[in-house]
Amino acid sequence: MDKTYLYYPGCTLKTKAKELDAYALQSMEMLGIPCKELDEWQCCGAVYPQATDEIATRLSAARALEEARQKDCDLLTLCSACHHVMKRVNHDIASDADIRMKVNNYSEFETPYAGETKVVHFLEMLRDTIGFAELKKRVLNPLTGRKIGAYYGCLLLRPSNVMQFDDPENPYIMEEFLHAIGAEPVLYSYRNECCGGYVALDDPALVQKVCTKVLHSAEQKGAEVLVTACPLCKYNLTKHDSGDVPTYYFTELLAEALGVKE
Amino acid sequence: MLVDEKGMQEEVIRMSGTEPKKCMLCGKCSATCPPSMDMDVRPHRFVKNVKAGNIEALMESESLWKCLSCFACVERCPRGVEPASLVEAVRLLVIRQQGKNYLTADDIPELIASDEEIPQQLIVSAFRKYSK
Repeated sequence: MDKTYLYYPGCTLKTKAKELDAYALQSMEMLGIPCKELDEWQCCGAVYPQATDEIATRLSAARALEEARQKDCDLLTLCSACHHVMKRVNHDIASDADIRMKVNNYSEFETPYAGETKVVHFLEMLRDTIGFAELKKRVLNPLTGRKIGAYYGCLLLRPSNVMQFDDPENPYIMEEFLHAIGAEPVLYSYRNECCGGYVALDDPALVQKVCTKVLHSAEQKGAEVLVTACPLCKYNLTKHDSGDVPTYYFTELLAEALGVKE
Repeated sequence: MLVDEKGMQEEVIRMSGTEPKKCMLCGKCSATCPPSMDMDVRPHRFVKNVKAGNIEALMESESLWKCLSCFACVERCPRGVEPASLVEAVRLLVIRQQGKNYLTADDIPELIASDEEIPQQLIVSAFRKYSK
């Protein structure tokens, strides 16, 4: 494999979403992809600061991006929210001269950072570095007959002009992944609609409404479980499902298929 | 607090980095917005009000606290307007004022104690959205 990935775990993968982190790292080791955690990292802030005058809230992402450049690595993300923040802040620094100048003025990097780092989500790494055809060959325990709904949510896909992750209205990377591990992907209409996100703290009733739509839509199409890359999606969907369609991290199924799940 | 509505309108447009004048009021943002039906000012009307300079009314709007930042409106706007960025800018006008945080650090311990499954990501993201 080409170069080592520099892995950014984020606040929740070392605490409430340890499964997302551990199964991913075990799977990478099994697949022979070199990966190292950033020496120092801070929480990305979990939401992208949309206002053009917000600089301080872009700095933790900038530091992680700059460390990856220094080490000549791609920055690898797992959590949808971290991926969203890293990718968009990187895009801001590359494309907005005012933000670039202010971020560098605050950060005092040895060499000004101008958005050189490539931010790669774990699913993109599976697709582009290993390849789903190769992944399929490495599967020891195919998930034959398991009907699984991919839940994308918002943050991996939108806005598509910056995220460039997949077709924002008809994504298929997670379905390709599910095929590769031998499962049967179930397409349903709400797979790229929001789970309610952070509003769960202030208005749980509203979040229940949006989650119920997602869960009903998946259940009607015959999904037995959902998979996600986002700890907050998993929390919201799990809280509002009636037990019929549980939500897992996609890495948990990957580790199961590769035979590294303990 | 910025003194006049014209100044507030300019501030919102500057912060959001988006141009409400491009809006043709097709309503696609409101049709695609998951919490639209729970909003007092739905996304297309929010954009219209920024365009008209009615910023003080928007600062009182419940919609500021219902937007999920899911970017469905941003993705699907046929004119390249970003309704969610306008909502964020008005929300910032509110919470950047002294004493106007919607969530404070003092609220957090009780929230965490209420449900041990709450992921850090939820606390951090809500705090970033609702507090300055």
